[in-house]
Amino acid sequence: MNISTLTPSELGHRLKKAGMFLQTGTFITHLKTSIPSVAEGIRLLYADYPLIEHLDFADFHVSLTYPRNLRRWLKPQIQFLFDGKPLFKPLPLNQAFPTFEWGLNWCVSSHANHYLIIHAAVIEKGGHAAVLPAPPGSGKSTLCAALVNRGWRLLSDELALIQIGDGKVVPLPRPISLKNQSIDIIQRYEPDAVLSRKISDTIKGTVAHMKPPTNSIVRANETANAAWVIFPKYQVGAPTHLKKLSQSRAFIRIADNAFNYSLLGIKGFEALARLIGASQCYDFTYSTLEGAIETFSALKPPASSK
Amino acid sequence: MTPNLLVLRVLRNPEVVISLSLADWDLLLRQARCSNLLARIRSLLDERDLINRVPSKPREHLEWMHVIAERQIKAVHWEVTMIRKALAKVGPIILLKGAAYVMAKLPPAQGRLFADIDIMVPKDSLNEVEAALMLHGWATTHHDTYDQRYYRKWMHELPPMRHIKRSSVIDVHHAILPETAAIHPSPDKLRASACSIDGYDDLMVFAPADMVLHSAAHLFHGSELDNGLRDLVDIDSLLRHFSNPSFWIILVKRAKDLELTRVLFYSLHYTTRILHTPIPPSTMEAIEIGRPNQLTLTFIDKLFTRALMPDHSSCSDWLTNTARRGLYVRGSWLRMPPLLLARHLFHKAFISPKPE
Repeated sequence: MNISTLTPSELGHRLKKAGMFLQTGTFITHLKTSIPSVAEGIRLLYADYPLIEHLDFADFHVSLTYPRNLRRWLKPQIQFLFDGKPLFKPLPLNQAFPTFEWGLNWCVSSHANHYLIIHAAVIEKGGHAAVLPAPPGSGKSTLCAALVNRGWRLLSDELALIQIGDGKVVPLPRPISLKNQSIDIIQRYEPDAVLSRKISDTIKGTVAHMKPPTNSIVRANETANAAWVIFPKYQVGAPTHLKKLSQSRAFIRIADNAFNYSLLGIKGFEALARLIGASQCYDFTYSTLEGAIETFSALKPPASSK
Repeated sequence: MTPNLLVLRVLRNPEVVISLSLADWDLLLRQARCSNLLARIRSLLDERDLINRVPSKPREHLEWMHVIAERQIKAVHWEVTMIRKALAKVGPIILLKGAAYVMAKLPPAQGRLFADIDIMVPKDSLNEVEAALMLHGWATTHHDTYDQRYYRKWMHELPPMRHIKRSSVIDVHHAILPETAAIHPSPDKLRASACSIDGYDDLMVFAPADMVLHSAAHLFHGSELDNGLRDLVDIDSLLRHFSNPSFWIILVKRAKDLELTRVLFYSLHYTTRILHTPIPPSTMEAIEIGRPNQLTLTFIDKLFTRALMPDHSSCSDWLTNTARRGLYVRGSWLRMPPLLLARHLFHKAFISPKPE
């Protein structure tokens, strides 16, 4: 049974009363809210996630509420609460769903220290995963959204979870966050893609989230071995170009993009060394999604990786 | 009071974790996390070989926090090394609270989280210490002239200094309570009995009894209760560790010398009630000299038994927030005489620039 089996009113009622348990990858989040736009986002983008009746244990207890301030009469706001404590300053009401997504990223990235957590998208095909680390604005999410609509499996759009012991990449498939022009680009590129409403004037500009492919959610407990580390960069008019990158350079750049690299000390170093050691590393410049897809289809896994 | 104080049950007797259900674990982790005691509980279970009895999911949470606690211990060592380097010419420094527990390898260091490093130096070397720290990259955090004067004239510490590269914060104290408070535990007496840390000739910590009294003064004579239960756990852990007949006698004697009989009374009163700390009856009897009158104690009990609980919805009742606010006011009241306090609050309310 999936969340899609609930009617919108049942879903809204559950979220409001007892809250719902969402299983994303290896994490269980208990979410409680009476805000309709959050319920709408869950109904649209989490439709294929398992419907969990009740659990005794959740990793994260979160809620979205209306703060009790005077503004609620004029310009209503919402706040994200982590076990009852506000995490961010209140935001405008229409940003409730993206705030939930950002809040959930925070829950994982600031707790789950049995993984090396890298700010990166991860996709997989034929048992080989590509890790795409990138600062915001590099077109990482756009590329990731396009690839998962062309046969690649989504492991994660924001947080690459590298298991400390064996260096495997652990999936955390969640809606893909698209910004500004990327929203229309992806909608044009894949007219069947399910996107949430556009929300403008957030700190990240205009945002919308794309529903992850059903297959990626079904296979959320299948880990993968990294075969490539690719730093994407979108550049208007640039030719599609994949350029080999030294492993040492890639190491430093990933460490800069990791949330808990220094926190993990030697274990973080070893996990990252294992990841880089097993991967071919590239800088990738692109200006069209078609060109990018072609390049990715032609990727050959390193001889050593299985 | 509130019914399901799992975190207290585990702190009193870690063995109870064997019988906890998964739903209990869910609540325990939440109560412990918001009291900054998650890593502490992990170390208590580890010491007693109980960690393998924890179900895998909750255990994962304990290990997550353990990573942070371990890293922080390393960070404290590194910070102390940097501070020693900066203050090499100033003479020995006394480490206070968390940093002292870590460097002197005392049990409260196990699984403790840190916000800053506290040190104490003689008042007449404050300028020299401040200059030396500035030369080594620490800069003041309060730029408002009123705040600067507030700290320098009335408080027992310099405005907190933050390192410009590492962002670590150091609090430089010259006493353990504000200059403006009604009681003045003598910094000279505290310094005179301070002990060197094994292996260092430039680092000292307070003598055992003084360490307890300082922790007690911080909790029961201040207004910061954000980490109230954690601070009480520190005191409990020190008392259990130092417990021997001569320690208990010195403790009461030092409390008298340092004008801290009231705060010691509260410490023993609440550690025994909340954490079941074993304290000899003779000590409980001797510290009666610090007992407030019954009316005051009944009232204070209502405040502290609430404010010392985890700041979590499962540990609160309708009076909890009022109790916390009440103790904040009490803390301010104890910090300054009424007229000065009125002037300070007036300035803070109407003149100081508002934080954005």
